[in-house]
Amino acid sequence: MRPWKFSLLMLAAGAGVFALALAIRSDYLFFAGYVVLQFIVLATAWNILGGYCGYVNFGTAAFFAIGTYTTVALHKIGTNSGRYLSGTLGELLQPLFPLSVLTLVILSGAVAGVIGLGMGYLTLRLRGVFFAIATLAMAVVLQTLVINWDFVGGSRGAYIIRDESLPVVGFKLGYVQYLFAIMLLLAAVAISVARLIEGSRLGYGFATIRDDEMAAEAAGVPTLRLKLIATTISGALMGMAGAPYPYYIGYVEPAGTFGLQYAVNSIAMPMIGGTTSWAGPLIGAVLLGSMQQIATVTISSAVNLLLVGVLLVVFVVIAPNGIMGLVLDWQHARRKP
Amino acid sequence: MTAPLLEVRGLAKRFGGFVALEGIDLDVTSGERLGLIGPNGSGKSTLVNCVCGTLHNEAGTVRFAGQDLNGLPAHRRTHLGLARSFQLPRPFTSLSVADNLRVPLLYTVRRRSLLISSPAELDERCLDLLRQVGLDGKARRRPSDLTQVEMRKLELARAMAAEPKLLIADEAMAGLSHSEIEDIIALLMRLSAQGITIIMIEHIMRAVMRFSQRLAVLVSGRKVADGRPKDVVNNPDVVRAYLGQ
Amino acid sequence: MDLLINAIVAGLLIGGFYAAVTAGISISFGMLDIVNIAHPGFIILGSYIVYIINATTGADPVAAAIVMLPVFYLLGMGIYLVYYAAFERRGQEALRGLAFFFGLLFITEVGLILVFGVDYRYVEARYIGPTWRIGFVDLPLRMLVPCVVSLLMVLGLQLFLMKSFIGRAIQAVAQDQLALQLLAADPTRIKRMAFGISMATAALAGAFLIIIQPVEPSVGREYIGRAFAICVLGGMGSLPGAVIAAMLLGVVESFTATFYGPSWAPAVSFGFLLATLAVRPAGILGR
Repeated sequence: MRPWKFSLLMLAAGAGVFALALAIRSDYLFFAGYVVLQFIVLATAWNILGGYCGYVNFGTAAFFAIGTYTTVALHKIGTNSGRYLSGTLGELLQPLFPLSVLTLVILSGAVAGVIGLGMGYLTLRLRGVFFAIATLAMAVVLQTLVINWDFVGGSRGAYIIRDESLPVVGFKLGYVQYLFAIMLLLAAVAISVARLIEGSRLGYGFATIRDDEMAAEAAGVPTLRLKLIATTISGALMGMAGAPYPYYIGYVEPAGTFGLQYAVNSIAMPMIGGTTSWAGPLIGAVLLGSMQQIATVTISSAVNLLLVGVLLVVFVVIAPNGIMGLVLDWQHARRKP
Repeated sequence: MTAPLLEVRGLAKRFGGFVALEGIDLDVTSGERLGLIGPNGSGKSTLVNCVCGTLHNEAGTVRFAGQDLNGLPAHRRTHLGLARSFQLPRPFTSLSVADNLRVPLLYTVRRRSLLISSPAELDERCLDLLRQVGLDGKARRRPSDLTQVEMRKLELARAMAAEPKLLIADEAMAGLSHSEIEDIIALLMRLSAQGITIIMIEHIMRAVMRFSQRLAVLVSGRKVADGRPKDVVNNPDVVRAYLGQ
Repeated sequence: MDLLINAIVAGLLIGGFYAAVTAGISISFGMLDIVNIAHPGFIILGSYIVYIINATTGADPVAAAIVMLPVFYLLGMGIYLVYYAAFERRGQEALRGLAFFFGLLFITEVGLILVFGVDYRYVEARYIGPTWRIGFVDLPLRMLVPCVVSLLMVLGLQLFLMKSFIGRAIQAVAQDQLALQLLAADPTRIKRMAFGISMATAALAGAFLIIIQPVEPSVGREYIGRAFAICVLGGMGSLPGAVIAAMLLGVVESFTATFYGPSWAPAVSFGFLLATLAVRPAGILGR
């Protein structure tokens, strides 16, 4: 199926989900659904670098936080535009504020993408192992920076007050519904990007990097450039996923934002779903995401995270190609005489 | 007199305290068929790795088609026309056999085109290459389904797919049967007739003797002989090096 | 000036401890090429076990750790068995191995949170309170004792690696597996023992940690960057190199903490790691 047809299909599916959710009229569904959609974006983004290229990123939380804190910073500027935007340039910019969520998403994506590029430039010339460790270290460093940055609240955190509802196409849309729709759009974009990569020359290049980087170079694949592209796209998508978060949650503080649930989930979901295609992270995110939403309410959030960790280890050891791999193996076995 | 296609001067490579290559000078003229032999561990593959950019040499220069390759990453050297097969096959395991050949086509031969040439055209080119090495029946399979011998052929095909000016075949014939060796020699001869310069690294002496116009010998990281095959094999240093091992 | 000297001394003392933390990584990553990022998690596990023993029996933390050595050794062997069966044999180490160890790291951290909660825990021992003073130099015993015992542990390990048969076999396996097979020794068995030893160091390092500072489950994460930075800077498999690098890192961190504030410390090790990888991937005493 051609990529643009695929994207349209995704958007249509998304619109369908949205309409269905509106019809059911449950606010909880939108709250929980937002989290699952967010994980679809994070898992798909992670997989572009991790699954396709074979470079593990442990710092998903860092990129997510870049998006979150870009929003916080810009929101603060927006609500106090008189104080922060002075001078001729400031006055030119003032009418733009407060920025819409969509604009924030794009800006966050840009910031996260640039940081991803920079970090990649420093670490991607080396073995994949060192890149992975560097991402871990980067997450800690970024957390340190944020804790020391009072403008966004430091360790005390920041409160973000959002509007109750938004006029959209005539009728009033609740704010949560609005955020849900944005995240739905992002998920469709992320999956489309992944699908686009898969079918393109870039997809082949990424696969060779994963399989054998030395042979890839010998075949003429510019491995460093491709890895940088993957890191930038992956980081940008993660940042975009983080941008609406302050409006969703209302209160942003470093410990929660840099929490382990992002790192472990963005790795577990693709690895459990299957890393070789766009469908894997989607399956993993929907299954694990829903499971966690249910578990958090019924058991406890710590046990629920533990479960994800255990599932990750089990799947990595027993079913390395994830659920999709198991399905493909089963189909293969059935077809053989 | 035209400049050599490949010009190696004073190449040296160390691994910690171990000297793998020392003071290597080597010229390869365009269109030539050069054989490179030497006992195991003499540095043949290390030399290839340094020339192709997989390893960094500590000293010396490598010039290809008049251009200094110093500091150039491996993929850029491939783009310039330098291709090699690996001694121990390194296929792309998650891609099909045919797609393994697609990669050099996409990234070296057709790299400048913004739109990928029609998939059918690429498929045909891949199949053609596979036919030349006798693997066309396995086009849709995965490398893991291939035998060791078939993987070596795939290695060679992948190097050919990059449409190189200089092709380095690193022990491409190891483990092949008599007729298969003949096939590969014929294939390399055909490539040579098309104007491709070929360096053959081999242990199978009769293949090297038949194929090479010139023979270079590496022993313990140094070049000890370089000349016509008949002269080289009668060189006492060479004989001593092989018998003395 | 006093401040400067004290900062250096504090840095050296913590550096000694960092060497103990890194010793395990030097073995598993430097020598066996196994990226065990879960190691700091197991150190924290060691800290908690020592805490329980100390709280219930009042035993000395280091003694408690020594008692736990065999358990950690067996744990290490067990983990290596799973790692080997799942990844090394199939040749799929890179991505999956990392994910595996990350999973283990995660499980230990969350498991500890579930059992102990996020409160800080600490141990009681005679040498935790007092501080020796030499002139204007402060030597808090809770730092000095772990430092000295750490260095002793690393020294013991180095001697073991150089003098004993198994130790030399481990060094051999690190350099050339094939050669070892030709000597009719089983590389897998050697690696298993090496990994077990690596895990055993975590028990001791855990005891040292909880003597130096109160511990809570997420503390392990700070040490991943440090341990790997020191391991690389020290030249991968080299224990003496690791000690030097550890001291260096300790001093630089101490400076930063004293003159710029303690919350910047994690950035130091990251900077170290980047600088090392960029400038001299082979480290100080590199292979």
